[in-house]
Amino acid sequence: MTKKQKKTLFRIIISAALFFGGLLLPLKEIFSLCLFIAAYLIIGYDILIKSVKGIISLQPFDENFLMAVATLGAFALGEYHEGVAVMLLYQIGELFQSYAIGKSRKSISSLMDIRTDFARIEQEGDYKLVSPEEVAVGQIITVFAGEKIPLDGVIISGSADIDSSALTGESAPQPMSENDNVFGGSVNLNGVIKIKTTAAFGDSAVSKILSLVESAASKKSKSENFISRFSRIYTPVVCFCALFIGGVLPLLFALFTKSAPNFAPFVYRALTFLVISCPCAFVISIPLSFFAGIGGAGKAGILIKGANHLEALSKVKHIVFDKTGTVTKGVFKVVGVHHSPLDEAELLNLAALAESGSNHPIATCIKEAAEAHLDTSRVSEIKELGGLGISCIIDGENVLVGNTKLMNEKGISFCECRHFGTTVHVAKSGEYLGHILIRDTVKKEAQKAVLSLKKLGVKTTAMLTGDSETAAKDIADALGFDKACYSLLPHNKVAAVEEMLTEIPKNEKLAFVGDGINDAPVLTRADVGIAMGALGSDAAIEAADIVLMDDNLLKLSKAIRISKKCMGIVMQNTWFAIIIKFLFLILSALGYSNMWFAVFADVGVMILAVLNAIRALRVSSREN
Amino acid sequence: MIKTYNIEVDCPNCANKMEAAAAKVSGVKSVSIAFMTLKITVEFCDGADEKAVMKDVLKACRRIDSDCEIQL
Repeated sequence: MTKKQKKTLFRIIISAALFFGGLLLPLKEIFSLCLFIAAYLIIGYDILIKSVKGIISLQPFDENFLMAVATLGAFALGEYHEGVAVMLLYQIGELFQSYAIGKSRKSISSLMDIRTDFARIEQEGDYKLVSPEEVAVGQIITVFAGEKIPLDGVIISGSADIDSSALTGESAPQPMSENDNVFGGSVNLNGVIKIKTTAAFGDSAVSKILSLVESAASKKSKSENFISRFSRIYTPVVCFCALFIGGVLPLLFALFTKSAPNFAPFVYRALTFLVISCPCAFVISIPLSFFAGIGGAGKAGILIKGANHLEALSKVKHIVFDKTGTVTKGVFKVVGVHHSPLDEAELLNLAALAESGSNHPIATCIKEAAEAHLDTSRVSEIKELGGLGISCIIDGENVLVGNTKLMNEKGISFCECRHFGTTVHVAKSGEYLGHILIRDTVKKEAQKAVLSLKKLGVKTTAMLTGDSETAAKDIADALGFDKACYSLLPHNKVAAVEEMLTEIPKNEKLAFVGDGINDAPVLTRADVGIAMGALGSDAAIEAADIVLMDDNLLKLSKAIRISKKCMGIVMQNTWFAIIIKFLFLILSALGYSNMWFAVFADVGVMILAVLNAIRALRVSSREN
Repeated sequence: MIKTYNIEVDCPNCANKMEAAAAKVSGVKSVSIAFMTLKITVEFCDGADEKAVMKDVLKACRRIDSDCEIQL
């Protein structure tokens, strides 16, 4: 509890004691009235002062003013104990509210705070613990088993399994060793590693993530804006209703029944109205729910940069994927060897030997597919033929490895490949030996991810690619995309997304999913820009609205599920609070409720809203 | 120019009202108060003197709740 809260608690206890003294002790009326007044002043003096200040600074309808009028009104009607009790309950409610909010504020923040307090540096042969802020870029830190890595860096010695679930939500630990990049906030599960830091504490991935999540709360959603507009109208309207009930209704009544007007019961109803007119219960429930939702998503490795984005995400009905690096791994792989009189492995070895001096992605993947140990002494006279392929001598015979053009140029008859992908032809001493088919590999979870998105009510899924029509359609069909836009140059992607944006109805949102490396303009143009596998890529984090820390496509449906659940909670809280408020307005207008109930209703709604909002924090690990 | 400050505010509705009041302060282009993180994010107009503007913002906020504090 803060100092302020403790003071309020103290006042509540004293005032409650005086109140019950006045209520229960067999005192003369004048003495018990004194006790009530003392109790009232102790519990309500700050509210009275603030309401006077509010009047001076021309802020009518502020809560303090309303409570002051309601309770003083009760005193004026002779309902002394009621005046004290309502003020007492109001303060208890306020205290509880500030305690509960402070508590959830803390628990959500600590859930997200995965920073470490120390870094271990070596000094004069001894280890020394320093604060991570003090570690300079390029300094060497040591992390023992079971410890959190304090800063981003590169492993320079040692190896260990690294659990980066706090950052990425990916629960399987990754084995890491020398030259691997590690991120601050991940945990070294076993083994001792030395890390050369690559970023200062303030620039590390985890600090950036945290500051983004913190600022996420200031980007307000439409529902939040709706509620704040609503509350601005709600309070004055209820106050005027109160004026009508207290001032006009008794006169009308008197007119009809032709008797002297009886103000007291109507004034009492009007005062109850004033108590109900405080809008805090429904104003708080919304930011709290969003904050919990953003916190829960962050825990799962999904960074949502604002409540507005979370809200938009829940309405996404159309998703456009970038192909390379998002749907596919962006890594080439040998998928087949065709039309070869030789053994598959033999042909691959031959090609790999020819490519042994090259670092081209195609060469790398052929080498990976071939035997692990190639006898490079068999190769000589390797010649790179720019744009064609490679010519070399293997075991004394001339070997050609390259594309169709190379075969044509050398006058070798070859078989055209019917499958899509990149074809690498191989020929030896002028004789055609078949070709190797290479393709960018599709992520294994891609099909499942598209399916689960459909289950979540996504209407269309589309894929953007620079590939040819056949290649694009082949992947799109295999994975279940509704649409494929092919042969796109990078700048055409924006146009393609813009065209789709014009086709969809206004209340449906379009999301673009990319790896964030060269599609920043598209990320910003879409209603919701989602960058994948963006850990460590500042440009992507900057441009996107939502960042998936690892590159697992299933995270996408998880993010949508989280947003839908959170929006559900927001809706429940909003309507629950509004309905209860209106219910009590009607009940008290008819004289069935009193001030006590009104305060109780307010506090009750708030407690339930807080408990409900906390639900948004829990994110199931279910993938489907 | 966008800056974020810590703000001390007790009730969520006051935060909403302060946001509306602070938005009217001259030199403020846009403002957002996040009740959950207790942060006020102010976008200043070009050439505005931040310190002077923030003083006015605090004054505007205090008019709503006299207990309000902004760490400048």
